[in-house]
Amino acid sequence: MPEVDASFLALPRRELADAALHRAKDLGASYAEFRLERIRTESIALRDGVLEGARDDEDLGIAVRVIHDGTWGFAAGVALTNDEAVRLAEAAVNIAQVSRAINTEPIELADEPTYDDVQWTSSYEIDPLSLPRAEKVALLTDYSKRLLDAPGVTHVDARVTSVSECKYFANSEGTSTTQQRVRVGPQLEAFAIDSEAGRFDSMRTCAPPAGRGWEYLTGTGWNWDEELASLPGWLADKMAAPSVEAGEYDLVIDPTNLWLTIHESIGHATELDRALGYEANYAGTSFATIDKLGNLKYGSPIMHVTGDRTAEHGLATIGYDDEGVAGQQWDLVKNGVLVGYQVDRRMAKVNADKLGTDRSNGCAFADSAGHIPIQRMANVSLQPAHDGPTTEELIGQVKNGIYIVGDKSWSIDMQRYNFQFTGQRFFKITDGKLDGQLRDVAYQATTTDFWGSMEAVGGPGTYLLAGALNCGKAQPGQVGAVSHGTPSALFRGIRILNTTQEAGR
Amino acid sequence: MTAAQLTPQETVDKVLALAAQAGADGCVVLVDETSSANLRWANNTLTTNGAMRGSRITVIATVGGGEGTAAGVVGRSSTTADSLAEVVDAAVATAKASSPAEDARPLVDGTVGPGWEQEPGETSVLVYESFAPALGEALIRAGKENRWLYGFADHEVTTTYVGSSTGLRLRHEQPSGHVTVTGKSGDLSQSAWVGSATRDFTDIDATAIDAELSRRLGWAKRTVSVEAGRHNTVLPPAAVADLATYLYWEMEGRDAHEGRNVYSNPSGGSRIGEQLSPHPISLRSLPHYAGLECSPFATARSSGGSQSVFDNGLTLSATDWISGGKLQHLMQNRFSADLTGNPVTPMIGNYVLEVEGATGSVDDLVAGVEHGLLLTCLWYIRTVDPQTLLLTGLTRDGVYLIENGEVTGAVNNFRFNESPVDLLARFSAAGATVPSFSREWGDYFPRTATPPLLVPDFNMSSVSQAS
Repeated sequence: MPEVDASFLALPRRELADAALHRAKDLGASYAEFRLERIRTESIALRDGVLEGARDDEDLGIAVRVIHDGTWGFAAGVALTNDEAVRLAEAAVNIAQVSRAINTEPIELADEPTYDDVQWTSSYEIDPLSLPRAEKVALLTDYSKRLLDAPGVTHVDARVTSVSECKYFANSEGTSTTQQRVRVGPQLEAFAIDSEAGRFDSMRTCAPPAGRGWEYLTGTGWNWDEELASLPGWLADKMAAPSVEAGEYDLVIDPTNLWLTIHESIGHATELDRALGYEANYAGTSFATIDKLGNLKYGSPIMHVTGDRTAEHGLATIGYDDEGVAGQQWDLVKNGVLVGYQVDRRMAKVNADKLGTDRSNGCAFADSAGHIPIQRMANVSLQPAHDGPTTEELIGQVKNGIYIVGDKSWSIDMQRYNFQFTGQRFFKITDGKLDGQLRDVAYQATTTDFWGSMEAVGGPGTYLLAGALNCGKAQPGQVGAVSHGTPSALFRGIRILNTTQEAGR
Repeated sequence: MTAAQLTPQETVDKVLALAAQAGADGCVVLVDETSSANLRWANNTLTTNGAMRGSRITVIATVGGGEGTAAGVVGRSSTTADSLAEVVDAAVATAKASSPAEDARPLVDGTVGPGWEQEPGETSVLVYESFAPALGEALIRAGKENRWLYGFADHEVTTTYVGSSTGLRLRHEQPSGHVTVTGKSGDLSQSAWVGSATRDFTDIDATAIDAELSRRLGWAKRTVSVEAGRHNTVLPPAAVADLATYLYWEMEGRDAHEGRNVYSNPSGGSRIGEQLSPHPISLRSLPHYAGLECSPFATARSSGGSQSVFDNGLTLSATDWISGGKLQHLMQNRFSADLTGNPVTPMIGNYVLEVEGATGSVDDLVAGVEHGLLLTCLWYIRTVDPQTLLLTGLTRDGVYLIENGEVTGAVNNFRFNESPVDLLARFSAAGATVPSFSREWGDYFPRTATPPLLVPDFNMSSVSQAS
């Protein structure tokens, strides 16, 4: 298991925290917490095998949040001095005092055991930021050239984002945690242009971002050789494929696509802050309101969805969240019924009676020291069937349908009912077998209808932990990384649109 | 003194000296000093708030000469006088280990811009001195009237200093602010939204915002179901900005030249010179446009797409992207301009979409509609097909029925599938251009001015149950 970076451990974590927490307490705060965060990010982009841009970034800062007279106050800064820590404590208390007049709901937090000076690291082998840039560029150049050398590929974009996140948290209850998480997000996209037909299209690799190190780029956790060898042929077939006929189809959806549908229609819908209206002015609310807990038929009886802060290589996996709550796993949808939410300490306390528990499940997260912790998504995953079918066996159950692979366009309404997704590849299924590709495909449905139409889920062999690095939420906006595990699954009678016709052509 | 413990000007000078010592042939340094303060509320009460201060430097070290130059780019927050050498060394080492950059051009010639010596601008919670009490009254009033208010107010001042080894010394102070408020009926079945950008909150009236929300919720006392299909639709300036922002962001010249975006000519090259609309419509960017002022020089913290780190400090001037309905220019840095044979026209931080001769407001457009829909804002807009720039997204927080020139009720929400490039040709009437605020992207790109438009056949692909 890797260890927390020594240069982060050398920062005056405890000293800064003590200065801030003592000052907040002296000023009358009933609760205070301190964070010191260092986020190192490297982005590398190649265009047609040539380095287009690369940047090495480090975001280092401190933050203080307090509850004063029942009101939140928050302040953040970048100077790592005791004076600045004290100033931030004072500023946080000040903003709580200014805000008190428009706060009608005194803040209380759910209890959580204290964790005294604990350390945790995510599961990875090679910190990508420890390697020379040239080595990484050389690998992406090689991958780009494999695609560019293939017939029909006109252009190739390659990019990888690597993040190493170190976080120290301490609160006035006696908890202090030090954590390090590493993640990478690689992507290659090949373009084809048919000037005779006046058309262009592209196809991306389906390797999801992962809570892994650079070893992921060289074959651990993803078979790059196989995917890069196959992708030009898939793209050529897509360019020659017939345009889909709009209508209703049975769909077999690959994990490389279904994860995003889970993210949008289950992940965000089961965030309790949305259900309670806290996000109403921005990303929206949720149809899965708290009065429906235990009685909302979310989908078919085979639907089992968990929230999980502990999955190995998960992008939302943590040891402790940004309110000092230990990582956990729990049910969100069981036997097709809504049975749980993602909550933080405040929501857990206020809604304990309705939730049936008074403990937070560890879903508070801030994307940097510059932002306040908000309720953020756990790894939300659809569980496979214990002895479930293979993807081929699912396809074998379809007479006239489409097998969808890879994600592309995505959109859902502000209560998480109406969604529309596209993908990378769409294979026609005829009499239980793949029958060439289709193009211009989008699927559109309502969340509960869609999950209600799920007839079968694949077995553990079809399961993939996919995800995103860039989930947006809150005001001011924050970015979160989150994984979604899913097997392949079979859905009956889903509406398919022809996107060329939708464009009026 | 800033949080970096040096003034920005001292930081620039020190970085440039360190870069020369470390063996860089050239260097550009950007220092961004930010301060911000925000208020957020929901369910008629404050939920979160904060005051943040940030400081960031970006060091771009170059080695080699002319177009055989390599660059190393390193960004850091929380630097101190002592840690600057480490940052510069990292940038120089990266440049030395890199092959020549494709976009390498000589660094921009040095000039000292106005205000270089000034300290960074700053904001604080005091910017809400008038707004916060009025907001507090509005929250109380909403509670008494059985309405719910949800909203966010944000103010930020970013001061950017750009210095280079060629003598460039430029400073730009950018205030940005906005307020957005969603109002809901007591039973949560109806929703309305108002949003506005501001530079300093002196022009934001919380009482007026609340009154407009009440007016719109009043329209929703009658509700009408409307099926999906192509509808005669009035898009207010905010909704037009939701779509026009994609129109603008997709104007990457190199992509178009290579056949990869909606501005590509299918038989090769770009569509520059092509008539996109029969209407006298223009899309312009003007760094000094009153109320939408943005940086008058290029800033790039990494190379990619339409921007190049070598172009930092390049003077930006008014640019016509579309004029008289014809595509005139696409975003070009010096490298892509050479590649495509087009003038250098970098991206600018604002845009103005205008229909020549168009006058009147949303209400005037509504008055001319016998039967149709009024959308207040769009949401979750994503590209479905880059070739046509087909976008999908949804209406939210206020779709209204227009009958005989008047708003007569609220309508269900829809999913739409539309291309803003096609809309340029298909709209049938327009109003006067005014400052606008895109619901989805306004907090990120707030400096937009757009007209209201009437589109006779806006494609509502399906009904959304969301309310």
